[in-house]
Amino acid sequence: MYAAPFSYHRAASLEEAVTLLRELGEEARVIAGGQSLIPLMKMRMARPGALVDIHLISGLNGIERSNGELRFGALARHAEIEDSRVASTIPILHDCAAGIADIQVRNQGTIGGSLAEADPSGDWGTALMALETSVICFGPGGERTVPLEAFIKDAYTTVLAHDELISGVHVKLPPKGSGGAHLAFKRTAPVYPTASASVELTLEDHHLCRDARIVLGCVGLTAIRAKEAEVALRGKTLDEKSIRTAVDAARAAADPQSDMRGSADYKRVLVGTLVKRAIGIAARRARGESVPAGHEYAGR
Amino acid sequence: MNMPDAKKILVRVRVNGKAREAEVEPRTLLVEFLREHLNLTGTHVGCDTSYCGACTVILNGRTVKSCTLFAPMADGGEITTVEGLGIDGKLDAVQEAFAECHGLQCGYCTPGILLSTVQLLEKHPKPTDEQIRKGIAGNTCRCTGYQNIFKSIRMAAAEMEKR
Repeated sequence: MYAAPFSYHRAASLEEAVTLLRELGEEARVIAGGQSLIPLMKMRMARPGALVDIHLISGLNGIERSNGELRFGALARHAEIEDSRVASTIPILHDCAAGIADIQVRNQGTIGGSLAEADPSGDWGTALMALETSVICFGPGGERTVPLEAFIKDAYTTVLAHDELISGVHVKLPPKGSGGAHLAFKRTAPVYPTASASVELTLEDHHLCRDARIVLGCVGLTAIRAKEAEVALRGKTLDEKSIRTAVDAARAAADPQSDMRGSADYKRVLVGTLVKRAIGIAARRARGESVPAGHEYAGR
Repeated sequence: MNMPDAKKILVRVRVNGKAREAEVEPRTLLVEFLREHLNLTGTHVGCDTSYCGACTVILNGRTVKSCTLFAPMADGGEITTVEGLGIDGKLDAVQEAFAECHGLQCGYCTPGILLSTVQLLEKHPKPTDEQIRKGIAGNTCRCTGYQNIFKSIRMAAAEMEKR
């Protein structure tokens, strides 16, 4: 399958990318790893007249700890994050990176590209919303920092202006006593999940929940913060009753659509189950246990 | 709408150690570049939707699905295709193991699975079953001969350890 014709432009720096985007006009799109954009272009669901390739911009793929934050360059690839010791200090990030599609896609796709794409079924939007995440946007006027929840406006829609691109993603390190998990269920490795859930907890004395963030993926037009579910845990002892209340609230917050991956009813049940499991794993991790978690799929 | 300026551009790569180049339209997929422009037809087009992994090649040390890259994105890159695995007509250890263990039936997915195996064994020279499953999760065998593919990968790992 061939994409519609386009002109191809390679940017050597962020400044050059912005200049190219301004010169080429609204028809131009940024391409990094291309793992979402190229399939869309081949199906002619996207027909940009020009591509600005940023994947060779140097210094944009770093993963470092600085100023109480984990800082990702926009071009950090999923596989690099999966293998990064620095990134694994926040388990939710490793869960997410290691389960996206398959190794070929993780070798090529980038964290910045995933967020800019804002696919409702993408994993990064969900996992990063469970943490305090800022998106660094680079445009003609320089950099601006946008909280992730404000960055994603709608399905496939972000606050990025036409001549703006993501340069980095900053994640605040959670306080002591925190643990999180990103769980997703998918039918096979290469496909998007049917549903996903990210939970980040901060515990005191192993059982009192000081803070909770609960985010649902693939069950709405964007990742959904289940705030009622968070309220059900915050300030409470983590026990069967409070967890059941949180799971019920999470199911109520989901807004799934029936499609080839499953009916709306099925996804609502599934996402609640994922939240329940993620709370359990997040709590064990908050207590210092090492627990494997991530994407579940056939044959795994 | 302005018609995009889709003029051909020169793509230069090293494939299996040799410098190769061709002028192509930017929308040319890497797999078509290899097959149609460089006449390296060992890399297969399976689903053409980034699912099946038959088109897997190694680009700059990492496996990628060559149906999901535009050729200009690989410009300046180092590529290994299935044609680059054996030396002087002799099969390499991974190919030998697949032949020995009957790790292929129709053979259509095999070039991609061989390259995924090469990368898997570089990262995990003694892979666990879970590592094997995860390592080839992006490759689909429609003959469903996965048991023998597993045997082949285990044998390749054992043979490579001896060398």
